[in-house]
Amino acid sequence: MTPEFVLPPIDYAALAPILIMMGAAVLGVLVEAFVPRRLRHPIQLPLALLAVLAALTMVVVNADKRVITIGVIAIDGPTLFLQGAILALSAVALLLVGERAIERGGAFVAQAAITADSPDDRRQAANAGGAGEVYPLVTFAVGGMLIFVAANDLLTMFIALEVFSLPLYLLCALARRRRLLSQEAAMKYFLLGAYASAFFLFGVALLYGFTAGMGERPAAVDFATIHAAVANSTQSPVLLFAGMALVSIGLLFKAAAAPFHVWTPDVYQGAPTPITGFMAACTKVAAFGALLRVFHVAFEGARWDFTPVLGAVAVLTMLVGAVLAVTQTDIKRLLAYSSIANAGYLLVGVLAPGQEGLSGTMFYLVAYGFTVLAAFAVVTLVRDADGEATHLSRWAGLGRLSPVYASVFTFILLAFAGIPLTSGFMSKFAVFGPALEGGHAWLVIVGVLTSMVLAFPYLRVVVMMWLSEPGESTPTVTVPGGLTSAALVIGVLATLVLGVVPGPLLDLASGAADFVR
Amino acid sequence: MSDFPFLSVLTVAPLVGAVVVALLPRNRPTLAKQVALGWSLLVLALSVVMWVAFQVDGDRFQFRESYPWIPNWGVNFTFAADGIALVMLMLIAVLVPLVILASWHDAESSKRSVPVYFALLLVLECTMIGVFAAADVFLFYVFFEVMLVPMYFLIGSYGGHQRQYAAVKFFLYSLVGGLFMLAAVIGLWVVGGKTFDWVALSQVDISTGTERWLFLGFFVAFAIKAPFFPFHTWLPDAGGAAPAGAAALLVGVLDKVGTFGIIRYCLPLFPDAAQWFAPWALGLAVIGIIYAALLAVGQNDLKRLVSYTSIAHFGFIGVGLFAFTTQAGTGAVLYMVNHGLATGLLFLVVGMLIARRGSALVSDFGGAGKLVPVLAGVLFFAGLASLALPGTAPFVSEFLVLIGTFTVNKPVAVIATLGIILAAAYVLWMVQRTTQGTLNPALTEIDAMKRDLNLREKFVVAPLIALIVIFGFYPKPLTDVINPAVQATMQDVGRTDPAPSVDSVQEATR
Repeated sequence: MTPEFVLPPIDYAALAPILIMMGAAVLGVLVEAFVPRRLRHPIQLPLALLAVLAALTMVVVNADKRVITIGVIAIDGPTLFLQGAILALSAVALLLVGERAIERGGAFVAQAAITADSPDDRRQAANAGGAGEVYPLVTFAVGGMLIFVAANDLLTMFIALEVFSLPLYLLCALARRRRLLSQEAAMKYFLLGAYASAFFLFGVALLYGFTAGMGERPAAVDFATIHAAVANSTQSPVLLFAGMALVSIGLLFKAAAAPFHVWTPDVYQGAPTPITGFMAACTKVAAFGALLRVFHVAFEGARWDFTPVLGAVAVLTMLVGAVLAVTQTDIKRLLAYSSIANAGYLLVGVLAPGQEGLSGTMFYLVAYGFTVLAAFAVVTLVRDADGEATHLSRWAGLGRLSPVYASVFTFILLAFAGIPLTSGFMSKFAVFGPALEGGHAWLVIVGVLTSMVLAFPYLRVVVMMWLSEPGESTPTVTVPGGLTSAALVIGVLATLVLGVVPGPLLDLASGAADFVR
Repeated sequence: MSDFPFLSVLTVAPLVGAVVVALLPRNRPTLAKQVALGWSLLVLALSVVMWVAFQVDGDRFQFRESYPWIPNWGVNFTFAADGIALVMLMLIAVLVPLVILASWHDAESSKRSVPVYFALLLVLECTMIGVFAAADVFLFYVFFEVMLVPMYFLIGSYGGHQRQYAAVKFFLYSLVGGLFMLAAVIGLWVVGGKTFDWVALSQVDISTGTERWLFLGFFVAFAIKAPFFPFHTWLPDAGGAAPAGAAALLVGVLDKVGTFGIIRYCLPLFPDAAQWFAPWALGLAVIGIIYAALLAVGQNDLKRLVSYTSIAHFGFIGVGLFAFTTQAGTGAVLYMVNHGLATGLLFLVVGMLIARRGSALVSDFGGAGKLVPVLAGVLFFAGLASLALPGTAPFVSEFLVLIGTFTVNKPVAVIATLGIILAAAYVLWMVQRTTQGTLNPALTEIDAMKRDLNLREKFVVAPLIALIVIFGFYPKPLTDVINPAVQATMQDVGRTDPAPSVDSVQEATR
């Protein structure tokens, strides 16, 4: 009797969000190949947005699904919540990416192959329409992130990591102005990201070796097997610890945690601002989604072993982010260090045991994502003839010139500083509460102390905008087009609403806070 | 009538008023002022009704309302007022209209939007009422922090010399305290079984070590806010730079949140820790009385001088709070009200002088009484009230604090009494150098210095003078309300008044 080949049962509905995004990305590539240049932008943006909305709809439809399909994709509460978060945030980011009213042709270079600072380059910077390939790249990245937070084994996770990282490396290099800075940022991000991927892969190999020591059960790198191996494996725990450390390094790099954070300020500064916002919001969600899954599902049994190390990383991250933010003079670098410090707070949430830590961290991710997108939306608006004016001294007296945007940015900064009635405060509470309950008082104390330090740079920007007189070099604030306005309104409203009535999202997060194994 | 949701309406009403005022067109500043004044008078009227509806011999907490806010964390919009909160709410309701009236022209000199200034004052009133009316620790914390934002912009945008520095210093100091408190709030929430309700939390047993840490978290925040020595350095800067009206609110009400927080949160929620830390707190308070008074004597800037006198007075309040007797506690709470009236008046009058002279330096004045006799008279009265002359309201409270402290802790009471002598020194010397003596010829060249109090300014000072005199002779309406609440707090702390001396003290106060 010949063995019959049986297809594994595939739950297509559960995979639908991923399939939609990947399909839309492929379609976007085809559009790029066959549609005349002037029609590409009007087709690509609606296509990408529609795909995101369709995927979001499928996430909502799947809301009650709890399955592991074909063994590698776990569709459970956290997956769906984080996929929803990534999609919602990427919709807002796409609005920023697609904006063409602020600068003629948008924020992206027309042809990346043009030599920087050549006469051709100056021509493209002046009036050529931006490259259309940013849309499929963003769509691919979103698709990769959707897999990343759902991956149920380390190999799938690695593939997803590459799928969303490669488009991001490219996107970083596509700034329309200051192209050398942009290319340098992309190069740095790519090289360091490649190292991080290599660490991750090496860690996977070690963990595979570790799981081999369980007698009957074959070695594998899916999370259930690793979980069982942590409890039962006869292999040397050195394999486990080394593997765990290397995998963590790969993930912490994406999360921008110290000491793996050094790329962050350069990349955030060099990348086109809409992409910076996209990375700060969506990549954070994806990276922490993966961290949560790895530590809550695979390494749960080794909690006592990883907590001190990860705790030290969290403390270092908070300190580095907060202290270095104080010395920054560029708004994008300041926001980069602030995002590092926020990664530290999120790590506190990752370390908080149980469902409450999990739901608090997920709440934090959503709240922070919307706020940071709104922040970068404002950054795209403050500009002069040479593009965005990101040096802080240039923001002096902005409150006098355009009180509306200065007010909005002040509100965002107050949210970052964690003043109540903003989502920033609620999310700090959401991670510090469970952490304290889990006995990590030291992490909470460092969190509170660094919040004090961080308040200073935020406040300095507020002082700059409101209490200084406008100088001659104070740039104008461009009236935003409809897309940026929409992104700004969504970001600010989310920050306010989550700060005043966080209940519904907290309910949703705590209802979703249960992994399948 | 007591079913009416007084506290939530009182909290929300100024906010609505602020929105209305902020939306008024910028080129019609007078309309904005009138609307703001009218709105704050409405709030005053409503709080008078509430005062009447408050039953003196009723429950400890009255007007209790509760609405769910964040059910996942057990957070509710719970409002309730005891006698202590009630008198503070009345103080706010009285001061805000007067401050608006006194600040009539303050915002114009800053070249910034006039409606926004008055809108900020109303937002500040909303947060101040909320902080005293909250009976949910989370809600209290929210108001405690949000309060910073309008004050920050009042100082930073409309203040005088060095306003940026002062505004940032104010904000950072308060935020640092607030974040310590946040850690303690979260800790309290965890040990208290995930509730923020004040009543439930006051019945939780906390282990000694944890209790001390939580007490410290709250105490540091309140000590910065109040401010007590050595956390006081922000107040002279903020008080010196803020416009006079905002400074009156800052010192008159905002800082009382610190002392109020101690009597409402530190003492009843952490009674054992409060007793354990009491010697330290008393020590800080006494140092504050003497040290701030000495600095006040040396000040040449009028607003900074008044700020230092306030720090000295907060020392008295601190002594009263941590003496743990009913007299001292009642005296401390009464002092919170009276100090709000007296220092509020002093700040406003000083502000009127500064507005005329265009300088806040004592040395720029001299013999001003010859030009503006009524204003000088009011300044003299405000100074006397501030040094607690018998017959003015602060005397009653200072006396109660010292009597109540003397029965349990003689050295502290004796040292604190020295503060009264120093108070006489700084007030009288300040009055002498500004309004008495030979006329400074520079003053005669300033036209504004020749205009005495106008009708608007008389309306500002008259109610405050009247209240200071009335409560100086007849404090019973206040003490009747405050006493039961303080007694209940002392029971929470577990201290009873020393029996024999109580009788003698009551004899003495009769």
